[in-house]
Amino acid sequence: MTGAEAANTLFVATILVYAAAMFAFALEYAFDKRAPKRAEALVAAGGSAETETPDETAAAPISPAAARGAGRLGLILTYLGTGALAASIVTRVVYTGRWPWGNMFEYTVGVALAGMVCWLVLVQSKQVPRRLGLFATFAVTMVLGTSVRVYTEAGPLVPALDSYWIIIHVTAAIAASGVLLIGCVFAILHLIKRRYDRRVSDGKSIRFPLNVAERLPDATALERLTFKIHVFAFPLLTFGIFAGAVWAHFAWGRYWAWDPKEVWAFIAWVVYAAYLHARVSGRSAKANAPWIAILGYAVMLFNLTAVNLVFNGLHSYAGV
Amino acid sequence: MTATPAKQLRSFGRRWWHQLTSMRTALLLLLALALAAIPGSTFPQRSISATDVTAYYERYPDLAPVLDRLWAFDVYTSPWFSAIYLLLMVSLVGCIIPRLGVHLRSLRAAPPDAPKRMEILPYHRRLDGQANETRAQAALKQQRFRTVRRESDDGTVTIAAEKGYLRESGNLLFHTSVIFILVGVAVGSLFSWYGNRILSEGADQAFCNNLQQYDEYGLGAYVPETSLPSFCLQLDSFEAEFTNGGPTAYDADVTYTVDGAEDTYNLRVNHPLNIDGANVFLIGHGYTPVVTYTDRYGNTETRTQPFLAMDPALNSEGAFKFPDANYNPETGEVDPNAEVGFDAILVPTYDDATAMLIGSEPELNNPVLALTAYRGDLGMGDGLPESVYSVNEEQITAGDLEQLNDTVEAIGVGDSMELDDGSTLTFDRVEQYAVLQVRHDPGGPIVLGGAMILLAALLPALTVRRRRYWIRWNPDGTVETAGLNRNDYDGLEEECDALTADIAPDTEPTPPRTEEPIGSTS
Ligand code: HEM
Repeated sequence: MTGAEAANTLFVATILVYAAAMFAFALEYAFDKRAPKRAEALVAAGGSAETETPDETAAAPISPAAARGAGRLGLILTYLGTGALAASIVTRVVYTGRWPWGNMFEYTVGVALAGMVCWLVLVQSKQVPRRLGLFATFAVTMVLGTSVRVYTEAGPLVPALDSYWIIIHVTAAIAASGVLLIGCVFAILHLIKRRYDRRVSDGKSIRFPLNVAERLPDATALERLTFKIHVFAFPLLTFGIFAGAVWAHFAWGRYWAWDPKEVWAFIAWVVYAAYLHARVSGRSAKANAPWIAILGYAVMLFNLTAVNLVFNGLHSYAGV
Repeated sequence: MTATPAKQLRSFGRRWWHQLTSMRTALLLLLALALAAIPGSTFPQRSISATDVTAYYERYPDLAPVLDRLWAFDVYTSPWFSAIYLLLMVSLVGCIIPRLGVHLRSLRAAPPDAPKRMEILPYHRRLDGQANETRAQAALKQQRFRTVRRESDDGTVTIAAEKGYLRESGNLLFHTSVIFILVGVAVGSLFSWYGNRILSEGADQAFCNNLQQYDEYGLGAYVPETSLPSFCLQLDSFEAEFTNGGPTAYDADVTYTVDGAEDTYNLRVNHPLNIDGANVFLIGHGYTPVVTYTDRYGNTETRTQPFLAMDPALNSEGAFKFPDANYNPETGEVDPNAEVGFDAILVPTYDDATAMLIGSEPELNNPVLALTAYRGDLGMGDGLPESVYSVNEEQITAGDLEQLNDTVEAIGVGDSMELDDGSTLTFDRVEQYAVLQVRHDPGGPIVLGGAMILLAALLPALTVRRRRYWIRWNPDGTVETAGLNRNDYDGLEEECDALTADIAPDTEPTPPRTEEPIGSTS
């Protein structure tokens, strides 16, 4: 097996393991009835807020204990998958003899890894309950699935990419994108939970997609967490953009020229700055803040995909 | 009572100023700026590539002038884009200055006293036993709180403590650095210049730093044409390394002369050469075929002509023009209708098996020139600018130029193409050229400085928590502690509990009696 084949095998293994983890988390999410229905602090101090509440309505196919077991298994699988993903990247590095952020496929895989690591850190530090791994693994698996569509044979780099700035600039951009992915997931979860709460307090019925929100943590806690993640990611994003400008100075002779990639990075940065402002600009602006965060990630995704594929800028030479 | 017009105007002005410097306006302006930046990525921009704009004009002759009137090709210097960011700057300054005043005052002032009813604060504990004041002072000092002790007439003693001032300092510095960066950008656009130049190998191809010698250049509004530093530059040798059909490294050895002193430099991508405040960047490369034309009278002329790459495999196009060909030594005249020109494609690695005029490898493994010859009036004397990369097509369609070969003729290095009048074009060799950009931007260091300040200030601005903590010894012998977060972060309760435990280690604090404290942020 060549290095490239080994890397690809590990990559496929990652997707399969993540899919299994997602299923395990789904079991815990659905059937661990310990999770209180409303007003749960994300993880209350000492975890004492979680008390078993017997479910009166339907007999669950598996017991809460079994569901928790599934959750533990899901976490182990997530670690395994993340290890396989990291190993796949390292294999590529060994095989190509260069830093692994050379084209769009590699970049996307990096984002997936950064996102998963971010989520694992959140779980390990007890900032989020494990069962929400359902959404994290879902988002990351989607990213990995998309990356397959832009798969490129591992190859050498064009001269401008042959610089230590690739390590600094692209790594920062990837880390920021990965963390922001998780931030976006929590922004969406917050909005869903908020909607759910409003319908409950209005006494309206809750039908299928929305009833999933029942076991989400408290909306305020989700919002706070969304903010924390963005607070962590924003300086990373800022640093990534600055490092890109420094690199552009050395490689192309100017630090900023409104190349399409630069334009959209600027837009993303400004949107995230708007998000940080919205949170302190009064009630209604704060209520809209999660939408701005989601808009920010839409811009990030646009920059990653459409700008590479559609626009013809200096950055497009990195190869699809 | 009616207000005087002056008063009305003032109150109107104040209202608008207030509106403009509000957070909500800043938010809207930020989103507007993001929106306004989009067209710059969808339409070609003059500042990036004027040729793309011309091409757009050709493709959409009706739409382009309309778009142009809306500044769609100069988005980032357009009035509407400028208006948004100038408004944002005004709003920013109007936001920073009052906050700076408030902050400077609070830096000098003592932390405020606790409210009468401390139980309304988000963190509140009642201690039963004695709390030691010395311990309290020491604990707060150790946590680097700024403290003040107040004693009132009824015997109440309060210690007020506050920390996290760095947050607001960072925040103000951060916003100031945004202005700093914009100043740097403005300085750059007024005082910078650049020139692009294709430089082939060899001492006879050297160029000096003045505008006439650049293929393309740009000058800031305040740069006199004559103020460029004087130096000359020559490309000694150029090497490109390829792996699997893609370039992996460019390496240019250059010799430069400043004030008569000569020096050499190994110029590579990502490693610019700094001469006298100007940076020389290597931004691309290509091939320069060298040919010799021997006309029907035996006169020879050599051309060293850089070709433009058409694809990643460096199949390149260009032209050789000989307007002075066919000088008749007997009559001493040049026949103006016997000028000769060649359109050519250089194929770096020609595959003899397929005989395709498009190679798939960029290396010079089997270079071939594919030639089409023309004779007649090249149309070069009419003063109009024209491409050096192709024979003037209008002259061909007008019938002023006659095409001499119907099928393209491909010749290798050392071979010749013979024309009907016995003249020949010999393919001597292929040299390389480097695409250089020379740029001077005095705004760059300002922008870099601003960016570094911005990053450094961003971290405390986002992560430092501003909070207050109070301890009060009531006349009735009870002791109360309270805490308040001044921004939206959690962890207040843990921190205050630790402080409270530190102050009175022997007593169990009683948790708050109230159900949900108002404005809880913990
Ligand atoms: C180009 C314009 C601007 C940019 C890029 C920008 C960016 C930012 C960023 C990234 C933050 C979060 C970091 C921090 O807390 O310090 C922030 C916070 C803040 N900005 Fe701006 N800002 C801009 C304009 C303004 C304006 C015009 C105002 C005043 C109306 C303003 C008021 C604030 C305030 C009060 C905060 C603190 C929020 C908090 O307490 O967490 N900003 N800004």
